[in-house]
Amino acid sequence: MTDLLDNEGCARLNELIDEVTSTPARIAVLFPAVARSVGRGPTDPADPDGLVTSRVEDQARVALLRAAAQGLGRADLAREVAALYRHGDADEKRAVLRALDHLDLGDDALDLLGDALRGNDIRLIAAALGPYAVRRLDVHSWRHGVLKCLFTGVPLTAVSGIAERGDAELARMVDGFAAERRTAGRDVPADATWLLELLSTYEED
Amino acid sequence: MRIFDPHIHMTSRTTDDYEAMYAAGVRAVTEPAFWLGQPRGSAASFYDYFDSLVGWERFRAERFGIRHHCTIALNPKEANDPRCADVLDVLPRYLAKDGVVAVGEVGFDSMTDAEEKAFVRQLELAGEHDLPVLVHTPHRDKVEGTRRSLELVAASGLAPERVLIDHLNEVTVDLVADSGCWLGFSIYPDTKMDEHRMVRILADYGLDRMIVNSAADWGRSDPLKTAKTGKAMREAGFSEDDVDRVLWRNPVAFYGQSGRLLLDPIDDAAVDQTATFAGNSVLRGQRPA
Ligand SMILES: [Zn+2]
Repeated sequence: MTDLLDNEGCARLNELIDEVTSTPARIAVLFPAVARSVGRGPTDPADPDGLVTSRVEDQARVALLRAAAQGLGRADLAREVAALYRHGDADEKRAVLRALDHLDLGDDALDLLGDALRGNDIRLIAAALGPYAVRRLDVHSWRHGVLKCLFTGVPLTAVSGIAERGDAELARMVDGFAAERRTAGRDVPADATWLLELLSTYEED
Repeated sequence: MRIFDPHIHMTSRTTDDYEAMYAAGVRAVTEPAFWLGQPRGSAASFYDYFDSLVGWERFRAERFGIRHHCTIALNPKEANDPRCADVLDVLPRYLAKDGVVAVGEVGFDSMTDAEEKAFVRQLELAGEHDLPVLVHTPHRDKVEGTRRSLELVAASGLAPERVLIDHLNEVTVDLVADSGCWLGFSIYPDTKMDEHRMVRILADYGLDRMIVNSAADWGRSDPLKTAKTGKAMREAGFSEDDVDRVLWRNPVAFYGQSGRLLLDPIDDAAVDQTATFAGNSVLRGQRPA
């Protein structure tokens, strides 16, 4: 990511990483402040909210969490990750969700996915359905997360592991969604059509 | 007339208020964290409130063309409630956030030991987080509360120009004028302080370090009192530039010391009337299909 930061931002991020590496508890106040000190903005101008791609500040926050993880035991790390999420604004929550796959937390962060997928904030729904969810989230909740993307307009390119984890049950749910839209005289989102196509092989099982 | 209301509790106000404020010239506000008119039952209740100050309320204000900042603190009244004590330990997480432009409202309510302890600790936090401080002066025993507040500020080592002492009146103005702190005046629709008395204070003391706010909240109050003070200033012979200084440049200079003001103007055309925050729109019925 460092090519996305100017020299000053880069140097500042390295300082913050050093600070968190030597004193992991400092992440509590450095994590929220990171965009102000390092930089912010989309890495892909076509994706301003960072639904599919990480924003610059997401990447800086993930780097800080990885540095903190080196100095914290699993229980302390899980506690700090939960606190950063609990007290985070939407940008901070999104970065925590993006970091989960890089942290050795086992199932300890599943509650955060539950929180993100219960809400209607598309930034959090998108970030919750990354690689950590593919490996850890129960399949029922994962399918409902994918369906929620179709309802709320999160592009499915934001969802990890669709080809591997998609199954006949997901196909049935999406098919029902598409049928309901057609009955109501509304368009079926292109993502739904794409997903049904992808999953058609499972349906025939 | 462009107005920065440096003390207003928008969480308690309606969208009609936002519209009227915008029409009167309000383009930016600071919402201090305070109590809600009824006690909170736990520290977690504060966290949800802080979350709304940095999230939902900022979003709501922007839909009406107004930039919203906040100050974060454990308020003096609830500093006395042991159920809320944990808040002090969690404050640093919020003081680090964008758009948080001061520690506040801190200060005294009933002049208890618990209030003083929380006040002193939060003055330290302001130093640690390089933030200015907004000090609430009590409604009862105001002179003594103001005097003691100034002593604690002096003892904290914070520079006086980093501190705003609020809710002053004719009785307390002298104490603060001599201290080097900023002077805040809340203009109410009742006898506490009105815009005409405010104009006399400005005529007597000058415009230096003078801050005027509506302190509008869930009680009887008027979010347009800043604009009404501007009008009263003009009628009393103050220039447009004087009004701009008191109602815009002074609060910008005070809170600007945080380095965290968000004052780029909101382009009317760019205000997306269908935008949603966490899936919720302020303008019901206009959600995207
Ligand atoms: Zn107040």
